[in-house]
Amino acid sequence: MIEIAGVWKEFAKGERRVLALQDIDLQVAPQEFAAILGPSGCGKSTLLNMVAGFDHPTRGTVRAGGEAILEPSPKRAVVFQEPALFPWYSVMENVVFGPKTQGQPAAEYRARAAQIIEQVGLKGFEASYPAELSGGMRQRVGIARVLIMQPEILLMDEPFGSLDAQTRSLMQELLLQVWERHHQTVLFVTHDIEEALLLADRVCVMTARPGRIKKSIQVRIPRPRAIEVTTSPEFNDLRREVLALIREESQRAATEAA
Amino acid sequence: MRRRLSVPWFILLPAGLVLLWHAAVTEHWVTEGIIPAPAQVLKSWHTWIFGSGATMLSPYSGTWLDNVAYSGQRVLQGFALAALAAIPLGLMIGWNRLAARLIDPTVQLLRPVPITAWLPFAIAVFGIYDASALFLIGLGAFYPIVVNTTHGVRDTNLLLLRAARMMGAGPGTVLAKVVFPSALPSIFTGLRLGVGVAWTAVIVAEMIAVKSGLGYVLWDAYYVGRMDICVATMFSVGLLGFVSDRVIVWASRLLLRWRTLEAHV
Ligand SMILES: Nc1ncnc2c1ncn2[C@@H]1O[C@H](COP(=O)(O)OP(=O)(O)OP(=O)(O)O)[C@@H](O)[C@H]1O
Ligand SMILES: [Mg+2]
Repeated sequence: MIEIAGVWKEFAKGERRVLALQDIDLQVAPQEFAAILGPSGCGKSTLLNMVAGFDHPTRGTVRAGGEAILEPSPKRAVVFQEPALFPWYSVMENVVFGPKTQGQPAAEYRARAAQIIEQVGLKGFEASYPAELSGGMRQRVGIARVLIMQPEILLMDEPFGSLDAQTRSLMQELLLQVWERHHQTVLFVTHDIEEALLLADRVCVMTARPGRIKKSIQVRIPRPRAIEVTTSPEFNDLRREVLALIREESQRAATEAA
Repeated sequence: MRRRLSVPWFILLPAGLVLLWHAAVTEHWVTEGIIPAPAQVLKSWHTWIFGSGATMLSPYSGTWLDNVAYSGQRVLQGFALAALAAIPLGLMIGWNRLAARLIDPTVQLLRPVPITAWLPFAIAVFGIYDASALFLIGLGAFYPIVVNTTHGVRDTNLLLLRAARMMGAGPGTVLAKVVFPSALPSIFTGLRLGVGVAWTAVIVAEMIAVKSGLGYVLWDAYYVGRMDICVATMFSVGLLGFVSDRVIVWASRLLLRWRTLEAHV
């Protein structure tokens, strides 16, 4: 359970002040998959960072499991927009960093790591270094190292943003499979309307900066889902609805910038 | 397909310079007796290393290795002391804001004082002993190592720090597993610069503060008019400096395998 209540975030550097988030109220129920959609610069990453515990709100509260979030925790695993792998560690060492750091027995996490590495399609690359992988492969390592921790909450900041279309849809299917098996609570940030509708139970559309939640839309497409649902009529209706909301905001952002 | 001939291009420039040097002496472009010919230097150097077989004791016969050992040991000790102090201190200054405020200004204030300016102080405090030399070498090597370590630590990618904390790493783990490896390339840059300064410092110290080693030979040979030995000493120091730099580069290649994968060459 993630509870964001009355959250404001202002960045101040000397005289310069940027209001990134304005009065955000958002709850993500346990085992819910929530997506956040919004124009660039509206504060999506800022919001996610506060749930992760990397940053703190200027006003308001962010809670997870009933407790105020003070610092990062393995319970709230993060997949970053960039892979953010340790370049001095091999794929295997990167993947087991979490459980190893938390002092879990090696015998147990090694087996799990092998399984997850296979699941994300990186079997045979265990000994490779990040520099030897493609962008998509690196991003998959970033996902594997988070899945191995079996977190209650998964925070994902445009995790597939930099991937090509094919790899992206493969990764989306992988995420659907994983989620349908473990039902983590997910907060998923994206630019991509189809991605949000395909994956999430609920899509929250944000306004341009300062970010507010403009509208929250339930996605009542039955699960298990696969890429094919994106061609269904109900999916199309939802897409049209969300697109209209997004377009309003992008236009507003553009006119304000001008 | 043509096999590429491996021409040792690097040899051309030094060979040309030696030829020029030889010509300058034999053709009397320079005043006679001031600059020894290359062949003369080589001969004296050979005697200095292997001895001449003569029974008469000369300070420049068969004593080369002893002097190399004196200087080399001082460099090694002073450099090790510097690294041992500078790396942890650099990690602290780069990582902890309080440590930075407490220590960094002092380091930055003392750093512009050339180590040659420390000589009288070192002799006054430590006397004409090894300790003087170690102090100067250590101090000289300390600055580049501490500055580069600090810089490396501060350059650590914020995203990697966040990733580590998100995976449950506490401050100690973050420092050991993220900050240190991330700063390691910078630390090696500091070590390379540091060892260069250490050789400069050992020569200065031995010329004045202690009575042995290559620096002492250099100054002494100058006084007794043995320019050939002076030049041989210069070459010796250059060679040793080069070798110690290669050793550090080799160690860094070994430890930074991941980095050579990222480099563009
Ligand atoms: N550390 C910071 N200091 C100052 N301003 C910041 C900082 N981080 C973010 N901002 C500002 O806050 C606003 C929101 O940034 P944020 O990164 O959350 O946007 P975003 O919605 O994730 O955008 P994108 O989709 O492009 O990633 C931006 O206007 C940005 O300039
Ligand atoms: Mg962002």
